Amino acid sequence: MFPFTKFSKVYYIISGLLIVGALASLVLFGLKFGIEFTGGSNMELDFLNQRPDNTAISKSLMEFELGDIVVQPTGEKGVLLQFRGIDEALHQKVLSKLQALSPVQEKSFQYIGPSVGQDLKNKTLLAILLSLLAITLYIAFAFRKVSRPLASWKYGMTSLIALFHDILIPLGAFSLLGYFYNIEITIPIVAALLTILGFSVHDTIVIFDRIRENILRHNMNSFDQTVDLSLNQTVGRSISTVLTVLLVMFSLFFFGGQTLKYFSLALIIGIASGAYSSIFIAGPLLVTWQNWNDSRAKR
Amino acid sequence: MQQKHWILIGVIILTLLAGNFAYPNYYNKAIDSLNSKFHWTLPYFWQKPYVLGLDLQGGVNLTYQADLSSISDKDGAMSGLRDVIERRVNLFGVSEPVVKIQGKDQLTVQLPGVKDVASAIAMIGQTPYLEFNEIRPEAESKSILDKIKEVKDAQDKKQDIQKIKDWQLAMEDPYIKPTELTGKYLSKATVVFDQTTYKPKIQLQFNNEGAKLFEDITARNIGKPLAILLDGASIIDTSGDGKIDSHDLYAPIIQDKITGGTAVITGDMPAKTANDIARRLNSGALPVKIGSPILQETVGPTLGAVSLQKSLWAGVFGLLAVIVFMILFYRLPGLLASIALIIYVAITLAIFKLVPITLTLAGIGGFILSIGMAVDANILIFARMKEEINSGKSLSLSIEEGLSRAWPSIRDSNLNSLIVCVILFIFSTSFIKGFALTLSLGILVSLFSAIFVTRILLLVFVGRLANKFRWLM
Repeated sequence: MFPFTKFSKVYYIISGLLIVGALASLVLFGLKFGIEFTGGSNMELDFLNQRPDNTAISKSLMEFELGDIVVQPTGEKGVLLQFRGIDEALHQKVLSKLQALSPVQEKSFQYIGPSVGQDLKNKTLLAILLSLLAITLYIAFAFRKVSRPLASWKYGMTSLIALFHDILIPLGAFSLLGYFYNIEITIPIVAALLTILGFSVHDTIVIFDRIRENILRHNMNSFDQTVDLSLNQTVGRSISTVLTVLLVMFSLFFFGGQTLKYFSLALIIGIASGAYSSIFIAGPLLVTWQNWNDSRAKR
Repeated sequence: MQQKHWILIGVIILTLLAGNFAYPNYYNKAIDSLNSKFHWTLPYFWQKPYVLGLDLQGGVNLTYQADLSSISDKDGAMSGLRDVIERRVNLFGVSEPVVKIQGKDQLTVQLPGVKDVASAIAMIGQTPYLEFNEIRPEAESKSILDKIKEVKDAQDKKQDIQKIKDWQLAMEDPYIKPTELTGKYLSKATVVFDQTTYKPKIQLQFNNEGAKLFEDITARNIGKPLAILLDGASIIDTSGDGKIDSHDLYAPIIQDKITGGTAVITGDMPAKTANDIARRLNSGALPVKIGSPILQETVGPTLGAVSLQKSLWAGVFGLLAVIVFMILFYRLPGLLASIALIIYVAITLAIFKLVPITLTLAGIGGFILSIGMAVDANILIFARMKEEINSGKSLSLSIEEGLSRAWPSIRDSNLNSLIVCVILFIFSTSFIKGFALTLSLGILVSLFSAIFVTRILLLVFVGRLANKFRWLM
């Protein structure tokens, strides 16, 4: 039996460093939101011949006063353009101007009005808060019968801490990716983050379930032994489950198209950190909490 | 045969049906070769296409913000607006357009495969135009018909039609002509029911100016029809072919000169028709302004096809990777779980077709994710089963114990994911909705496949094989 809880401090330090790093990146670099949140236009193009260089493209569009034009090469001959929101008439003018520069085929065009973006930001925030609340309530409810040695709400609280851990780390990663590689937070990534909430708690529930069962069945002397036993019993399953999800997500990352690429990346980061937090944070945290209660009671 | 064998046969039949429904190509090929060999005429499998979203088939998605500030009946105005735009989009010749109200005051228009986005936007953005047309005198009709013939002859001889005197006349409708009365003179239209016959009637209320115009028009047209047109086409489908075109014309007969600005249209019509007419009259009377779209997403047809292809391959590779992993790690039970997983994929795809669920990139992403998650329940059951076997219990008892022990965890964790999906679904953004829908459907089907299908497979096969080959477990 591997004594998981013995090395709690190591896990806390690793997670602490990751969280501090994520927070620092979020404070320093912030998040780069996609146009669905900020409003604006983007165009995805494929040049039929050689791709003109970025400055030639932005120079040719100067006359339209498109604000800050972001030109990002994609694939072999493709390019992704971002600029202020424009209507269809101007969009057609921009397209024919580019056509004059070099023959081009438009793959997609998006225009997001400013009101849409704000609306979406509010909705996203609401959805995240609602999900957190619902998950905590659900866990507290599911573990309502377990009150010894720890109260059921403490299970909920602990899984909530693990959840913040699992959301903060991908957010930090995307803040770095945004700063260095211009990768934006888009709707698919929000969907991925919300799924991580559900999935990571999945793992935590299975482990907590075992702890609950072992408390009822084995009547062990110490709580940390119970937690260790439960972790040993579930660790194989945790790893298998995470691996199968990672397998499909890596497949999507490498073979799926552009839209699902960063969606799967977000899930990969989130699910990996979710597996880590369920095994190494949630369980040990319960023990630490219990020990802290004990030592307070003794004093 | 025991009960478990019957259940297994049921599962096999269900799988064959679902699999062939999801992907009928192999079945149809087999039928083809049988038919040509033995000269049979066996039918193909039931064909039904997948419904693809705009991001996979190409097209444009437009969202409009309606200005309802000057309108009291906001819900009525929105459904009127939806109706008017749907009419126009249908007239524009787009196949399977979707026009729906989003929230309280937004309208989403989806036009698959449309190429000329600029004119589609221009057409949708127009203010609805309601007009009342009267019958032309016969002499006028004749001169227009003559002119049309003259122009047509000239066209046949490839002559310049603009040289013909008054050639513009040929562009006009030979039978009806506009009056001064238009939607702006109409205050409102309501459906009322006749006190004695209980039949629906439409009551029109004109404003003061409109009352005056209406009085003049009715006075000079007694006994003649008055055509009602919206956006230049009949207000309803009168020929009964389900679409509105030049064969339709809705024109009630004027019975008498009407003063006071209130008119009633009677006739033998179902309540639905009366409601349609009244709603459309109102959308012409109190036009809702929508301006230009607040959101536009255009996806070219090539990008859509490429995205679909790529994500499908990603799904296939992912599925294969999971199967290899499961067999390597869990051997015989892993093989059974892989079979259950393939059954899961067939059933889920069949449900996508059957409902049908509009497949978008997000939806496919959710489905692929659910393939990875679907085996989780199996893994939980196997882990428990192994523990029971190790503690010295018999195989069949271990299977049952494994199932019942693993169930609370499976239930709790899947319920949790479903809760998150419901929250995602409330969240109304189409990408996330599509994702949450397929993911939650996947979770439900995976519960069925993991608990029901895996259990049956374990009970039927494991007992026999595993007693001989214990290393398989």
